[in-house]
Parts: sequence; structure tokens; C-alpha cells
Amino acid sequence: MTAAVSQHDPKASEVASRASDADVPLMEIRHLHKRFSLSGDFLEQLKFKGGKLIREQEYVHAINGIDLDIRRGEALCVVGESGCGKSTVARTVMGLLTPSQGEIRYAGQRIDNMSTKELLPYRRRMQMIFQNPYASLNPRMTIQQTLEEPIRLHHPDWSRERVRDQVRDVMDSVGIDPDWGPRFGHEFSGGQRQRIAIARALAVDPEFIVADEPISALDVSIQAQVLNLMMEAQQQRNLTYLFITHDLAVVEHVGTRVAVMYLGMVCEIAPTGTLFAKPRHPYTQALLSAIPRLEDDRPQHIRLQGEVPTPVNLPSGCVFHGRCPHANERCRKEVPRLIDVEDGARVACHGVEEGRL
Amino acid sequence: MRENVMSDTIVPGRWARFRDSYLLYSFKRDLIAQISLVIFALLIFAAVFAPWLAPANPYDLAQIDILASELPPFWIDGADPAYLMGTDAQGRDLLSTILYGARVSLIIGFGAVLMQAVIGVSFGLMAGYLGGRVDAFLMRLADIQLSFSTLMVAIIVGALVKAIFGGATFSEYAVPLLVLIIGLAEWPQYARTVRASVLAERSKEYVDAARVMGLKSRRIMFRHILPNTLSPIFVISTVQVANAIISEAALSFLGLGMPETHPSLGSLIKSGFDYIQSGSWWITLIPGAVLVILVLVINLLGDWLRDVLNPRLYKG
Repeated sequence: MTAAVSQHDPKASEVASRASDADVPLMEIRHLHKRFSLSGDFLEQLKFKGGKLIREQEYVHAINGIDLDIRRGEALCVVGESGCGKSTVARTVMGLLTPSQGEIRYAGQRIDNMSTKELLPYRRRMQMIFQNPYASLNPRMTIQQTLEEPIRLHHPDWSRERVRDQVRDVMDSVGIDPDWGPRFGHEFSGGQRQRIAIARALAVDPEFIVADEPISALDVSIQAQVLNLMMEAQQQRNLTYLFITHDLAVVEHVGTRVAVMYLGMVCEIAPTGTLFAKPRHPYTQALLSAIPRLEDDRPQHIRLQGEVPTPVNLPSGCVFHGRCPHANERCRKEVPRLIDVEDGARVACHGVEEGRL
Repeated sequence: MRENVMSDTIVPGRWARFRDSYLLYSFKRDLIAQISLVIFALLIFAAVFAPWLAPANPYDLAQIDILASELPPFWIDGADPAYLMGTDAQGRDLLSTILYGARVSLIIGFGAVLMQAVIGVSFGLMAGYLGGRVDAFLMRLADIQLSFSTLMVAIIVGALVKAIFGGATFSEYAVPLLVLIIGLAEWPQYARTVRASVLAERSKEYVDAARVMGLKSRRIMFRHILPNTLSPIFVISTVQVANAIISEAALSFLGLGMPETHPSLGSLIKSGFDYIQSGSWWITLIPGAVLVILVLVINLLGDWLRDVLNPRLYKG
């Protein structure tokens, strides 16, 4: 382990990469696909049909070809309803899942096919904050142990005092009293636990953080505190966020850019202001029209017909065509690609491309 | 210095945690558990300190007097006060032999369970955490192992060793052999229990957090997941100790366990069995009663532990 760390000295490579590729996006996701098998093992896939023994495999298509760039210093929010694949994107980016197809590059370096050992220097630079603070802390470890573990792993040469100082610093920075170190996770409230989980992510001084719905499990009164903490940390430490959420108010608050996902596809990606002022994709329009507003007593919700199709058998063409009021023959046949429109927005819609919408 | 200040002022220490724990609280309210623990502790104490507590050394041939054989225990006419529980057919003091025998039985019981636990926990962790082919392979292995009964495996291995190396070698290495046989035969119990718990733990986010940190699989398995699966391991361990002691007694009774020169409780029961018709019932019944009590208290303690560690199961 020591050897692995010293081989790719994280400091040196970090300096080099920061200097050289300031223009290269920190994280590039290219043609990412992820599908999960529903059919079990080989024996369960064999079936008799029409007197013949055939092998049948079914998949859930969680991500169907996503392209995303995450630029240094921004907070890219990914929004979408339940089951659209946002969390799968986060987990694939962090290497918790291996992509079925496609590439993930970090600072120009392909990371999706690396071994655990090769990935170790990157682990220090990218960290993750999880949704459920009640499950993301090991119940048998004290806070001190939880926070020391990543530091010791990534800095095996540090002295005990230095590790302890780092833990105190990081606990201070998230607003947790460093004297609480010997306590266990279950002795804290949800908000405090999430602060500890943030501290664990920050403990190794990462530059990129994936936050998978970090405030959805928290009480509303705590959500703003934790959100502000994350934004402060972003400013102080110059962090880049990939922020997964389904809360549009959060997006408006933290997001530099927003990517809207539907059924494993990105349908629109735009700077936050542009997206909220001028949503172009019919799905984004429907989504934004659903935000309750104080001033309008006659809401103009766009009502979509039907349900989200199952990700097992994807619809042909545009995944949204079944519910889209503007769909035509082309939408049913051809999968739309993201095209650039004005104000830095990109939309995957034939209607927008043709100027119908 | 700072640590002392912290543990004194805010954080309760280990002992304080134990004192306030539900474990101790429920123990204080459970009379059966208390009695069981006292008897179990006494038996362990007597077995561990047998060489000092026992009036005679049953392994020392010089101390055995064949003329004093088959003497009854003290409450029956014709007893010799020197032999409190009477003597067996070879003239060994029964009390001393039982103490030494309980020692052998407990060593084999705990040794076999330790072996089962080491194999079963590692296999269970690997099967549950790594999944896929490793899981399929290890669990099929467990299925195969479980399809043979413990006694059958033990009889085959025991008979083979006896046939190949001879009875003398078998007697010499009887204890480690029995540990090996019983340990190998019952590891799937552990593997299955651990695997089930690991599958539940693996999907929790703290395991993902450990993976994101970059920890190796082995460390995640043993440092993060294993401590969270300890409760069921403790519970089945108690049952398995009792089972292993019974298995050993059964094997010894069948003549495949401890030799009569170095008796466990099982071989004592066997050696007395031939004399039960001639009226010397104590040679079999007293060690039998000790065995039953030993296994019973372990099982009762295990039941209590299961109820404490898994309150949902208890309340239904």
C-alpha cells in the first residue's frame, strides 16, 4: 500500500494536472451505459420456448448513453424523478459500479477500468457524500476512528499527532465539536451525522465531491444548514460538486449548471439561470411548471399523460415520446442527441432542433 | 492527557457502557440465565483446575487400585469415603475422572467451535461480500458438507485414520483429530449465518463509503462488516459449543473418540455402559448427568443471548 502511494505521488501528479489541463473538464463522462441483469445466473436464464431451449436475458437499463462534462469549481446538479438513473450515475462515477459501456475520465485520465490499487490516488481526490446519514456511518466505529481511517489510508507516513490534528481541523470546519471524537454515530442527530459524513469526505482534502441526495433524508430545518455548510466548503476548498438531487429549490440554490435526466438519458443541460428562465425540453418545462409558487393562485401546471415507461423495455426513439405533447413520427423512431442552443444550453429534442418548439 | 479529560468529562468509558447496557440489565432480570451462568462457570472452573481440585490423577496408573473397582458413591452402603462418587471398573476415582473428562470435553467443544468459526466466518464473509462465482462455489461446498451428517463424516475420517495409522497413533492425537473432524463437519452453519448477515450489511452505505475511501476488500470485510455481524455469530457459537460437546460424546460412545485411558465424558459413559446391568449404574449415570447439565446450561445461556441480541425475534 505504501509502495502504491509513493509510486504515483498524489501531490506531484495533482500539481502537474492542475497546471497543465486547466481547460480540460475535471470529469468527463462519455457514452455511459449501465444495465443491471434481472435474469439471475446462467441456469436461471435457460428457458423452454416453443420446444427449444433458449437463453433469455433481461436487463434494467438504468443509464442509456450519457455524456457529461464537469468543469473545475462548478456544482453540476443532476435532477430527475425517482428511478431515472441519477444515483446510478453518481455511483458509476465513483467506481462503486462498473459501467456496461462508455468511459469516465478524471482530469483527462481514464479511471473506469482501473484496479482498486491504481485507483487509490484518485480516491483521495474524489470523495462521496451519501443520502442516508443513518446508514453511512459504521455503527461499531467511533467518530474519531471513522475520520482517521481515510487519512491513515491515504497518508500512511503521517504521525499520530498529525492525523489527529487533521481530524480536529476537519471536525471544526463542519461544526462538530472535536471533543466528541470518542462517541459513536448513533449518539448524534441526523444533521450532525451528515456533518460527520461530510467531514469524512473532506478529511483527505479532495477536489471533487459527489453528493448523492445529501439532504433528502434530513429534517427540513436542518437541510439549509447542511447545504450552506457544503457551499462554504466549496468556496474555502475550491471544490467541484456533482450534486444529485430531486429538489429543484436546492438546484436553484447551489447549482452552477443543471442536467435534467429522464429514464437514463440527459434531456437538457444548461446553466442554472438559463434553465429556470427558459426551459426548452418539454420534460424540463413540465418539471419546472410543477414547482409550487407563492404568487400564482392559478397555477399553469403542464400535465403529462401516463407513467414513466419501464426501464426494462425502453421505448424506441426519444424516451419521452410517449408522454410528450409535441411528439411526431421522427420522435418515435430516432433517438435525439444533445445539440447546442444559445446561452450555453444543450437540449436533446427533435422539436427544438427543428424549431417546432 | 487530552484523552483522559475527554473520557472523564463527556464520554463514558467501556466499563460504564457495559454497566448501562441492555445486556447487563436483562441478565439481572433473568434468573435462569444467572443460574446457568453460575453452573457453567463452576463447571469451567472445575475443569480448568482439575489437576488441583481432583483427589486423584486418573491418568496415573500408579494411583489406580484394581481392588477398589466398582465402589458405589458415598450415599450407598459399601462406599469408601476416599472415593466420593465411587470408582469405575478399573478402580479410578470417578469424581477425578469426571473432572478430567469434562476438561477434555470442553477443550474439544471450544476447539472445534473455534475451527468452525474461523472457516465458516471467512467463507461466509467472502461468499456474502464478493458474491458471484465465489458465492456460488462456497455455498455449494457448504451444501455438500451439510448433506453428510456430522457423525457420518466423523466415523469415516476416524475409521480411516485408525485403519491407516493404527489405534495407538489415533489415541495419541485423539484431541486434535476430534477438533478437526467436528470443526470441519459443522462450518457451514457459520458460513450460512454470516453470509446472510453480510448480504444485509453490504447494501448499507457505510460499506460504500469504505469502498469510496479506497479500502481493500479484506479490510472492509473484517473491519467494517464483521463487527456488525457479531451478534448472530455469538448466538450460534453457544449452540455450536453444546453441539460439538454432544458430537464428541456420541463419537466417544461409539468408540471413535477419546480412548478409555484418557477419557472424555462420552468415553466414560461408554465405559460404564457395560456395567449398568451388573448394578454399577453410577459409572454411566453420573458422567451422563454432568454432560446433560453442561449442555443444558450452555443452551440456556445461548437462548438468553439470542433474546437479548435479537429482541425482534423474541417479541415476535
